[in-house]
Amino acid sequence: MAEMQVDVVGVEKKIWSGEASFVSARTVEGSIGILPGHEPLIAELRESGVVRVDPTDGESFHVAAFGGFLSVTAESVTVLAELAELASEIDVAQAKDDLREAENYIGESDDQEWRIARDRARARLQAAGESVEQ
Amino acid sequence: MAANLRVLRRRIKSTKNIAQITKAMEMVAASRISKAQARVEASRPYADEFTHVLQTAARAGASDHPLLTPREEPKRVGIVVVTSDRGLCGGYNANVLRETERLVRRVSDEGKESVLFVIGGKGTAYFRFRNREMAGQFTGFSEVPDYANAAHAADHLTAAFLAGGEDEVSVEWDDDEHADSGADRKTMFRAPKESEGIPGIDEIHVVFTQFRSMLTQSAISLQVAPLDLESDEESSEDEGRSSSADSGEGAEREAEYAFEPEPEVLFDSLLPKYVRARVFAALLDAAASESAARQRAMKAATDNANDLVDNLVRESNQARQAQITQEISEIVGGSDALAQ
Repeated sequence: MAEMQVDVVGVEKKIWSGEASFVSARTVEGSIGILPGHEPLIAELRESGVVRVDPTDGESFHVAAFGGFLSVTAESVTVLAELAELASEIDVAQAKDDLREAENYIGESDDQEWRIARDRARARLQAAGESVEQ
Repeated sequence: MAANLRVLRRRIKSTKNIAQITKAMEMVAASRISKAQARVEASRPYADEFTHVLQTAARAGASDHPLLTPREEPKRVGIVVVTSDRGLCGGYNANVLRETERLVRRVSDEGKESVLFVIGGKGTAYFRFRNREMAGQFTGFSEVPDYANAAHAADHLTAAFLAGGEDEVSVEWDDDEHADSGADRKTMFRAPKESEGIPGIDEIHVVFTQFRSMLTQSAISLQVAPLDLESDEESSEDEGRSSSADSGEGAEREAEYAFEPEPEVLFDSLLPKYVRARVFAALLDAAASESAARQRAMKAATDNANDLVDNLVRESNQARQAQITQEISEIVGGSDALAQ
């Protein structure tokens, strides 16, 4: 199977690096799936979103990426995010609490910051494989 | 004589205590250097990749974006000064402030006004003492900066930069004071005057201490915006050449990038992140330099204290010996007198 070099890079450190056969992400314009040999592309990801990576060896996994960009060439994919968390590192209980809190506040006042908090919590839960209603 | 000996012993004791403290600070600083260096290294992939994205997007025709074009008549220049919160780090802060003053002078020679954004307690104290106006003060995170700190400071810069030198922006300073959870240090952000805007700026410069090696750190100033792609491009072209050797027609392929959304729109969201990344990189470098400077200063202080203790011990031995000699000669003299 064809493969490509995938790097998931956070501001503070490289989160993951390796060979993969498929990457999917949601850009500001819609969902995108990338296979090896994709045309060169630079895309802005949703402010809070989930990126799925299928490594050539091993299970596919999800990453919650916040404030990110996607840079694609024929043989490599780089996910740049201000904050990126591997699904295995996400504290599900904490994210659920955050989501509940944020939704309570949004009910009271429509504040931008709480919306971001809600979206972040949702992205975390989605990455961790929890079901979240949109 | 006896009094002298007691004084000397007291001084030895207090000097030893000082040496102990400086030794501890030296070791703390030393362990922080390697951590800070590791963070600088770890943040490099992001910075490199980001620069690549920026350059590619710029080549694809967003070159009239405010980030890339120097303003025609720059009026005000934003200067970010990165200093430490604590002292006891030798000439670290003095060097940064000297470099800042040099830059301020150059800017005013060019007929421009400088607007100061100061990070670190020592810098804010310096400018406050001299009654110089600061457009923003950020303190409480100089030793272990995290990205949120950088983002907070950088977002003010971006707002001011987009407003331009003619204008003024009002920035929400609602989180004036928020205690950092998990640590007892407090992160403070202070507006220049209550509820007043910060002046807009045409250029952004950052003055910080670059960590070259364990022994060399130097205060430098860098222009962050407008971004000078010319100088950056040279180095990237070199890289491009070496990588194109591996992958065939790498340079040709670069021209065919697709963008989502359009490069012009993409640039609008790249700009704030770019400023954040640059400020963050400067903070990390500065944190490593600060620890290195402190380690050196504290090592010198420990050495000096130990030298002082050696001298004092010698002096006190002399004093003790003199006292004993005197006592013996008194006894001998006394028994001689009795024998006669």
